[in-house]
Amino acid sequence: MASVTFDNATRMYPGGTRAAVDKLNLEVADGEFLVLVGPSGCGKSTSLRMLAGLEEVNDGRILIGDRDVTDIPPKDRDIAMVFQNYALYPHMTVAENMGFALKIAGVSKDERAARVLEAAKLLDLEDYLTRKPKALSGGQRQRVAMGRAIVRQPQVFLMDEPLSNLDAKLRVQTRTQIASLQRRLGVTTVYVTHDQTEALTMGDRIAVLKDGLLQQVGTPRDLYERPENVFVAGFIGSPAMNLLQVGLADGGVQFGQSVVPVERETIAQTTASTATIGVRPEDIRVTEDPNAGLAVTVDLVEELGADGYLYGHADINGVRTDLVARVDGRIHPYAGETVRLEVLPNHLHVFDVESGLRLSKPVTL
Amino acid sequence: MPELFDWIATLPVLLQGVVIIAVFVAVVGLIVLAVEYLPRPGRGGTIFRISLAVLVPVIILALLHTYDIAIAAGALVGLGLFLLDRRARRGAGSLLQLWAFLAPAGALLILGLVIPFIRTVLFAFQDDSGTEFVGFENFAWIFSNPDNLITVGNTLIWVLVAPAASTILGLIYAVFIDNSRGEKIYKLLVFLPMAISFVGASIIWRLVYQARPADEAQVGLMNAVLGMVGLGPVDPLSSAPANTFAMIVVFVWIQVGFAMVVLSAAIKGVPAEQHEAAALDGASAFRRFTQVTIPWIRPTLIVVLSTASIASLKVFDIVIAMTNGRNSSGVLAQQMYERFTLGENGRAAAFALLLCILVIPLIVINVRNLRRSREGQ
Repeated sequence: MASVTFDNATRMYPGGTRAAVDKLNLEVADGEFLVLVGPSGCGKSTSLRMLAGLEEVNDGRILIGDRDVTDIPPKDRDIAMVFQNYALYPHMTVAENMGFALKIAGVSKDERAARVLEAAKLLDLEDYLTRKPKALSGGQRQRVAMGRAIVRQPQVFLMDEPLSNLDAKLRVQTRTQIASLQRRLGVTTVYVTHDQTEALTMGDRIAVLKDGLLQQVGTPRDLYERPENVFVAGFIGSPAMNLLQVGLADGGVQFGQSVVPVERETIAQTTASTATIGVRPEDIRVTEDPNAGLAVTVDLVEELGADGYLYGHADINGVRTDLVARVDGRIHPYAGETVRLEVLPNHLHVFDVESGLRLSKPVTL
Repeated sequence: MPELFDWIATLPVLLQGVVIIAVFVAVVGLIVLAVEYLPRPGRGGTIFRISLAVLVPVIILALLHTYDIAIAAGALVGLGLFLLDRRARRGAGSLLQLWAFLAPAGALLILGLVIPFIRTVLFAFQDDSGTEFVGFENFAWIFSNPDNLITVGNTLIWVLVAPAASTILGLIYAVFIDNSRGEKIYKLLVFLPMAISFVGASIIWRLVYQARPADEAQVGLMNAVLGMVGLGPVDPLSSAPANTFAMIVVFVWIQVGFAMVVLSAAIKGVPAEQHEAAALDGASAFRRFTQVTIPWIRPTLIVVLSTASIASLKVFDIVIAMTNGRNSSGVLAQQMYERFTLGENGRAAAFALLLCILVIPLIVINVRNLRRSREGQ
C-alpha cells in the first residue's frame, strides 16, 4: 500500500499548443479511492497514464509512496491497471490472463494457481477459469480484468473507465461491487470516469479536471455542497445546478421579485453589479405568493415516480434563462402554465460573474 | 449478322472499336435486364415479357432474314415465359436468376478446370500416347528414377525453406520498421520487387550470380564483391544443392515484400492497450512480441506461410529461367513441363497429379484457418 503524489506533473503532446495535463498537484492518501472526473479531453486519462508510466511526464514529478517513479518503466512501478476495453489476452484462458504477470515475475506454478483461485473466488469467476475471454460476457470480462489487477497485489490500482462498456444496469451493480471490493482490499485506487454519478457514488474523494487543469478536489459532499467554481457547480449533480446571472440587491441577490439574502462579505467581494448564482433543482420550490419569486413558464415536467423535474424558462433582465426545479411527482404544475418559483434560504451558491470563482461561504450543512 | 460484320469492317478503325463496345454493352445490358426483370411479377414485368416475346423473333428476322429460325426463337421465348409463369411461385424467379448468373462462370470452370483435371488424372495412368492404361507405372517411374528423387527432394527443400525464410524475414522487417520514421519508404523498397515477374527477377539474379574464370574480371555483382575481399569466384548455380538455395533467394526477394506488407498491416491491428497491459504486467519487449503480437497475428501468419508454400510448390519460372533444371536443380513443376515437351504425356500428367496432391493439404489448412477466424468474429 502506498500514497500517490502528483507534483506539478505536466504532459505536453508533441505539436500541441497547450498542455494536456497542466501542473497537476494531487495527493492520494494510502488506501484512498480517488476518482478523476471531467468531460472528454480534460486530461483525466492522460493523468492516469502518466501515473502508469504509459505517458511521458514532461515536467514535474510523480511519486508512489516516497519513491519518485517519474522515469521508472511501468513494470517497475508496482501498479496494476484495468483498461476500458479490458485488454485481455485473447489467446489465453481466464486463469492464464490473471496469472500472466505472476508468471513473468517468476512466481512458482503452485503459488500462481493459488493466488489466481483466490482472486477468482473474490470475483465469482471460479467456474470460468478455463474459458477464453471470447466465451465470456461483458460483465465477466470486466471481472477478469479486475482479477488480473488484484492477483498482482499491487501498491496502486489504476482504473480507466472500466464500466463504460457495460450496460446501464450492470454498470450500477458493478459500481458498488468495485467500491466495496476496494474498501475490503484497502489498496490505493485512482479511478477515471466521465460520469459524475459514478464519481459521486464510488470515490472517497473526487478530483475534477477541465482542459488539463485541476478544478477542485474534495469529498463527494464537498463538491456537491461547496463547488469552488461555476464549472464544478455545473458538472457535479444531476440534473445540473441552475446557474443564473442576476442583479445584486441590498443585502442579497435579486431572484425575480424576491431578494434572496446573502451575507454582506460575499457581495463585498465583487465590484460588478451582477453575480452568477447557482441553485440546485431540489432547492427551488413553487410558491403561491403572487408577489414573491420568479415567474417561470413551464416547458415540460418529467415524472420520475416520487419526484418530478420541472423544466421551464424565465426572463431575467431581458435574457431568456432555462431553469430546472424538483417538484412533487404527483402534484405539480403542467406544461404551458406560469408558476412562481422561489429559492430555499441558505441554499444559494454565489459566483463571481467574471472569474466564475465562488464568493459565498459554504452552505450550512 | 454477316452484314453487320461487313458494315463494321468498312468503318474507320477507331470507330470499329466504339461500335463493338456499344454492341457488347447493349447485348450484355439486355441479358442482365432480362435476368433482373423477367422473374418480377407485376405490370413492368408483364410489359417486359410481352415486348421480349415480340422483339426477339423480330430482331432475329431482321438480322438473319430467315422465318424458320425467327419462328423457332419466338416459340422458344414464348415457351420459356409460359413455363416461368407456371412456376412463378415465390423463389422460382430467384432460382432462375441464380442459374443465369452462375452459368457463365460455371461453364468456364468446367471447361477450364474440371475437364482438364479429369483428363490429367486419366493421362497419369496411361502410357505416353494416351491409348493404354498402365496402372501406377508412371508413378513408379517417378519414385524409382534417382533424378526424379532429386527433383522431389528439391521441391521439398523449396517448400520447407522458401516460405519460412520469406515469412520470417518479412515479419522481422515489419516489426523493425513499425512506427519508424520513413516507414513508407522502407516498405516501398522491400515491396518493389513484387512488381517484377519471376522470370525478370531470375534474369537479374543470374547476372548477379554470374561467374567467370578466376583470371578474368568478374562482372557478376556477387563475385565482384567476393573478389574485393579476396574470395571466389563462385558459381552458385553450377552445383547442387547450392543452386536450389540460390534460386530460393530469388523467390524470397520477391515474396518477402508481400509477407512484410500483409504482416505489417496485421501488426498495426494489435490494440495498443494489449501492449500496454503486457508492459504493466512486466513483459519485456521480446515477450510482448511473442505473447501479444504473435498470437494476435497468427491467422495472418498462416495465410502468408501457406500462400508462400503453395507458390514454392508450384515454382516453375525461376527454375526454367535460371538453370532449366541443370545440375540437379529441377523441381516438380519444371519436370512436369519438361516431360510434356518430350512428348511423355503420361509422366508429365503423373508429375502434375503429384503436385496437386501435395498442394491439397495446404489448401485445407488455409480454408480451415479462414473458417476459424470467421467463427472467431
